[in-house]
Amino acid sequence: MFWVEVGKTTRRIRTWVFAAGLAMLAVLPVVVLIRDHNPGGGPPFYQMIRHNGLFAALTAVALLQPFFLPLGAALLSGEAIAGEASLGTLRYLLARPVGRRRLIAVKYGVVMAELATSLVWVMALGLLAGAIAFGLGPLPTLSGTSIGTGAGVLRVLGAALYVEAGIASVAAIGIFFSTLTDSGPGATVGTVALAIASQVLDGLSTFRAIHPYLPTHHWLAWADLFRSPVPWDALARGLVLDVVYAGIFLGAALVMFGRKDVAS
Amino acid sequence: MLGLVFPTAGEVAILDEPVFGFEGRGSPVLHRVGALIEEPAFWPYLSGRRNLEYLTRAAGSKEERAERLSRIDEVLATVGLQDAAEKRVKAYSQGMRQRLGIAQALLGRPDLLVLDEPTNGLDPQGMREIRLLLRRLADEGTTIFVSSHLLFEVEAMCDRVGVLAQGRLVAEGPPSSLRAATDTFRIDVDDRQGAVGVLSGMAGVTLSDDGSGSGSLRVQLVAPASAASINRALVSAGVAVSALVPERESLEEVFLSLVEGADALR
Repeated sequence: MFWVEVGKTTRRIRTWVFAAGLAMLAVLPVVVLIRDHNPGGGPPFYQMIRHNGLFAALTAVALLQPFFLPLGAALLSGEAIAGEASLGTLRYLLARPVGRRRLIAVKYGVVMAELATSLVWVMALGLLAGAIAFGLGPLPTLSGTSIGTGAGVLRVLGAALYVEAGIASVAAIGIFFSTLTDSGPGATVGTVALAIASQVLDGLSTFRAIHPYLPTHHWLAWADLFRSPVPWDALARGLVLDVVYAGIFLGAALVMFGRKDVAS
Repeated sequence: MLGLVFPTAGEVAILDEPVFGFEGRGSPVLHRVGALIEEPAFWPYLSGRRNLEYLTRAAGSKEERAERLSRIDEVLATVGLQDAAEKRVKAYSQGMRQRLGIAQALLGRPDLLVLDEPTNGLDPQGMREIRLLLRRLADEGTTIFVSSHLLFEVEAMCDRVGVLAQGRLVAEGPPSSLRAATDTFRIDVDDRQGAVGVLSGMAGVTLSDDGSGSGSLRVQLVAPASAASINRALVSAGVAVSALVPERESLEEVFLSLVEGADALR
């Protein structure tokens, strides 16, 4: 059923519209940097693109992660079940029969795959643009040292995996909300609200006590992969948060949907 | 029945197999059931054919899927959608959606068909086609559950009828058993006075008309009178008989009285 869902996604026009939008976002830092003769500040790793185009992939991810990625995750996961309910196709899928737990699992898997594809798409395009404009080569780290291109690429992949793990919790929240309502947009809005609330609270020192428990707290820890030596602490904590939140919400979705009357 | 709404008490079994208790992978018996649930529903951005394909590929063994996929053309032709199969469902009329819904139910060569208002949205010719199709499938051995509010259609198509009121089965039986044949006849004649004159004198004939007024005459017959005998008597007396119709309670009246009876019991 997984490939059926993938097929459905590829046949929607909006998938390609989003892809085009993401492409523009990915190459934007490079395009701006080319024309920027006095670069100061800018998104993470922006400055370093001049030294190695590889960093353009990271800047693209850094632009994506705070808002667009959670928005995309909320959109895709929010309509996963609720979208089918509002179309009326949910009852036909269940009667086919597609088991309820299997449906949740497949839908979640598809959302994660779509998000991973978006990440790869953005990073690849960023990398390409960066490589063309500024070339590749040894990678300077944030600590001042330098690592080989091969090792650099490995760390970039690691960063991608970490970001994907980070968005897993948002996707799980979205799937959970999706089982509660017939409105895809409703579930999406609820999910985005939680993701944004987490980031807002994380930025307010009044709530310092709960910061380590917020799902988005260690979202940017992938930058640590580009220090030498790599401090694994934040990365590890981030992964734990991801697993816990994703596990809780996915579990709740499975339980909720397993007992729900589907009348729509 | 299809595992969508959980029972508050009791169990559901189709073809002797349970329907609930399979929240992981879905009840296996549902592979043998084809259903139209309330209304057909599709992914509007996909073509009719792709809708059938995708729903097929969402579940089932490799063999089952291959078998269903190979039947798509046949099933589309059966419902008359072979020419519209490549168009997006977004562009379908209600009748086309209905046909596609029926096609989707037929795809797995089901042992049981559960159809909610199967002729909804179809023109009279379409309705007839579906009635004949269902009749043919039933004769070939498929069990078909139809839920319909069109009483004439139910009477024309079904072997057994059940009437639900307030969630309870208040009547069940062959359609004819619900409407007891009465011994009342309606007669249309050209000469009412003359007819009344003839009929009043016959044994076994109860006439409630005195001949004045207009419209059909109503008579109740018991032996030795019969439809044939009164017809012969009238014609021999020079009264032209243009209609002689046995009167039965209409199915609608039966239905309403059953439902209202159930209402009264609450």
